[in-house]
Amino acid sequence: MSRIGVVAEAPREKRVAATPTTVPKLIALGYDVVVEAGAGAQSSFPDAAYAASGATVVPAAEAWASAIVLKVDAPTPDEIARLADGATLIALLSPALRPDLVEALATRGITALALDAVPRISRAQSMDVLSSMANISGYRAVIEAANEFGRFFTGQVTAAGKVPPAKVLVAGAGVAGLAAIGAASSLGAIVRATDPRPEVADQVASIGGQYLEVVVPDEAKEVSSDGYAKATSEAYDRRAAEIYSEQAADVDIIITTALIPGRAAPRLITAADVASMKPGSVIVDMAAAQGGNVEGSIEGERVVTENGVAILGFTDLPGRLPQQASQLFATNLVNLVKLLTPGKDGHLRIDFDDVVQRTVTVVRHGEVTWPPPPVQVSAAPQKAASAAPVAVEPKKPMPARARGWLVAAGIAVLFAVCAFAPPPLPQHFLVLTLSVVVGFYVIGHVAHALHTPLMSVTNAISGIIVVGAMVQIMAPDLTVQILAAVGVLLASINIFGGFAVTRRMLAMFQKGQTR
Amino acid sequence: MSAVAVAGAAYIVAALLFILSLAGLSKHETSRRGVAFGIVGMAIALVATVWVTVTGAWGQPQAALGLTLLVAAVLGGGAIGLWRARVVEMTGMPELIALLHSFVGLPAVLVGWNGALYDTGLEGALADIHHAEVFIGVFIGGVTFTGSIVAFLKLSGRISSKPLVLPGKNVLNLGALVVFVVLTVWYVITPEIWLLVLVTVLAFVLGWHLVASIGGGDMPVVVSMLNSYSGWAAAAAGFLLNNDLLIVTGALVGSSGAYLSYIMCKAMNRSFLSVIAGGFGIEAPSVGDEDYGDHREVDAESAADMLVSASSVVITPGYGMAVAQAQHGVADLVQKLRERGVDVRFGIHPVAGRLPGHMNVLLAEAKVPYDIVLEMDEINDDLASTDVVLVIGANDTVNPAAAEDPGSPIAGMPVLRVWEAHNVIVFKRSMASGYAGVPNPLFYRDNTQMLFGDAKEKIDDILRHL
Repeated sequence: MSRIGVVAEAPREKRVAATPTTVPKLIALGYDVVVEAGAGAQSSFPDAAYAASGATVVPAAEAWASAIVLKVDAPTPDEIARLADGATLIALLSPALRPDLVEALATRGITALALDAVPRISRAQSMDVLSSMANISGYRAVIEAANEFGRFFTGQVTAAGKVPPAKVLVAGAGVAGLAAIGAASSLGAIVRATDPRPEVADQVASIGGQYLEVVVPDEAKEVSSDGYAKATSEAYDRRAAEIYSEQAADVDIIITTALIPGRAAPRLITAADVASMKPGSVIVDMAAAQGGNVEGSIEGERVVTENGVAILGFTDLPGRLPQQASQLFATNLVNLVKLLTPGKDGHLRIDFDDVVQRTVTVVRHGEVTWPPPPVQVSAAPQKAASAAPVAVEPKKPMPARARGWLVAAGIAVLFAVCAFAPPPLPQHFLVLTLSVVVGFYVIGHVAHALHTPLMSVTNAISGIIVVGAMVQIMAPDLTVQILAAVGVLLASINIFGGFAVTRRMLAMFQKGQTR
Repeated sequence: MSAVAVAGAAYIVAALLFILSLAGLSKHETSRRGVAFGIVGMAIALVATVWVTVTGAWGQPQAALGLTLLVAAVLGGGAIGLWRARVVEMTGMPELIALLHSFVGLPAVLVGWNGALYDTGLEGALADIHHAEVFIGVFIGGVTFTGSIVAFLKLSGRISSKPLVLPGKNVLNLGALVVFVVLTVWYVITPEIWLLVLVTVLAFVLGWHLVASIGGGDMPVVVSMLNSYSGWAAAAAGFLLNNDLLIVTGALVGSSGAYLSYIMCKAMNRSFLSVIAGGFGIEAPSVGDEDYGDHREVDAESAADMLVSASSVVITPGYGMAVAQAQHGVADLVQKLRERGVDVRFGIHPVAGRLPGHMNVLLAEAKVPYDIVLEMDEINDDLASTDVVLVIGANDTVNPAAAEDPGSPIAGMPVLRVWEAHNVIVFKRSMASGYAGVPNPLFYRDNTQMLFGDAKEKIDDILRHL
């Protein structure tokens, strides 16, 4: 049975990696849980609550010495030194942006799992910290903007005059963007959103936003195959920049959420755009930590420009709702630990054949395993749908001309047969052809539900062969008579059985009202 | 007015009644009338035939024996037929119909043989044509006979429903046809009885092979195809006996059966020709190595909760419901949910079950009103706004791979898009693949929950929790 240590974060990080609600779940997986004293204080989870939930509250050194250490933020070099040999650390490591950290962790048999590297596949959704935190950030970004903004969000007509609604532009309709759109529109603002992925238009509309499409001539829009937005083309960027310039002059609040995994955040709003905004406008740059979507934003700070526009570059937005953020984070963590503990016996096993486990593992037993092989996720149904008809097409029947020739040939053969055959035959062919045509037309619109009755009736009717057998039964030859009798017998079974069973079936079909 | 003229007039009336019968059967409202027309038509045809044969042979030495045999055979056959029709389970319908087809095929063979044994005294070209007609009649009848027998055995589970794959099967089938043509020409030139024996055996073997090489999943098409063959067999007998009624009826049945098969092939995105030729079901199903993730299970109690709190429910049954005889439980469930104001409907895939319209017959037996039983095209667009979809013993007909995975063996087959619904509960005995042998990613979707076990028991469990 391994021990899980939940350690306290640096003072600026208000979240904690386990809550009194998730501790029992970890214990249920067979682990022993220790919590550093005061770890949950900033999230309003007192030590007593942890103790009550079954964890042992211990000093920092003891928590860090656990076999498995759960943390929110990436560790500092000092903290890495406090880890035991061969320990497992689970935290937000942003391995793509911080190769130095990955290097530093690759010592002494340490295993490091990056929670923010969980692939975006449906199975891993329950562990996707980025999504759960982005959701909180998006909401909080709107609250921060509202706090800064000197006006109502919603429009009102009062005795004291008319108040126009605030106009909000949300750049990037990912999880955070959608959360922001939802929060802003529920406050009553007019919300517009941009995103390079055209498929999000419906999602934006569904929570009350208006999607501004960047229309680029002669460019096939790419559907994202890994669930994240991609870098965009030059023509696209030019048109997008125009849209941002137009919008900046019009809207009161801009919230930018554009991030491309493993790269610096794209610059969406230029200094000129900011300068064109009305005094008192607010910009929340949620990508400030990755370089910022807005020119002039500073990571973690509030900046006011010369023309009175406040640019908020807060990077601790989830931490500003610490209780909720900790709870969601800790639940994501429990789900990951659950995946890693298949035996529920308190033993962590990392299965490299599992794509989720492979991807989150940044360092294994002191060796760097980042970057993982790429994962293709199923978030691209459009692609599959458009590919399907292509695969089907080659099966299409012969071209119309070939079919025409075939029909012509058939008619010619029929004509030849009838023209040269002796008397009774052409007449029979006439009857046959007409009957075939009648058969096709009569059946043309049969209701699907009646297929079975129809078939049993046609079956009964084809028992008409009995007529042939009956005619022969009077032949002056005993063998013929007996064979004919057998034929009559079988065909009679068919006729009587077929009709009877059809009547039985049809008697069952009834309409709702007559029940 | 001679007996023959009366019979001729009666045959025209009977043929007309048969056409009306088929026309009536294409709608629910007129379907019973359609069957009545069919019965009246058949009665008129039979009476007229008996009348004309009896008057024609009256006073001759073989008449007494002939009449006795005739009456005995009709009464015996009728009694057997009525008895089978009464006792058959609705789930056993496919087998019964397949077996009945063979009862058309064999008489066609016998009629053909009789035509050969009994010298009609024809001369010249007419005699040649007669011989060719004998051959064709025997051949089609033989194929229908053994084909239906194999279909019956497969459907009733007496032999494995796996497709038989002989090397060069297409060559075998084509070869059999070529041999048949050669034998026909030979027989026309020198009518020897052993040639007739040979062609009979050839037809039997071909019929057996055609159906044996078709997989169980394609059985609905096979049954209606055999229906068509049985019609052509009757038409061929009509040519042989110079009887227009046989030709009309046979052609009606033959063409309507062929059209029905065609409709179903379209529903399964199969090529019509390759079905008729006994071709498909052989494409090796892709090996389901792909990792679809985990499935989630649900118990009857939470399933009941979901159903009660839903405002719209769609049930998509498949062969599994027939096997488990769950239709009565399903009908009770529907009634209870409807009493609580839940909008319950059925979505039926055109090839659900082992017979065209199989599900409709079962639901009708359980007294589910037919106006809530909808076809795939009628319900598909509503599925996205449906709260809960119950998939009862269906698999391939709800497989999202058909719509989304171009590499899947069933790619392009129209399916019920149940995965678009908010929740899907799948009743299934295990995680095994369906008839097409294709793994079903539906089971691993986030909105899908599996309810394992016998469908009937599980439905009863849900009913208890309601």
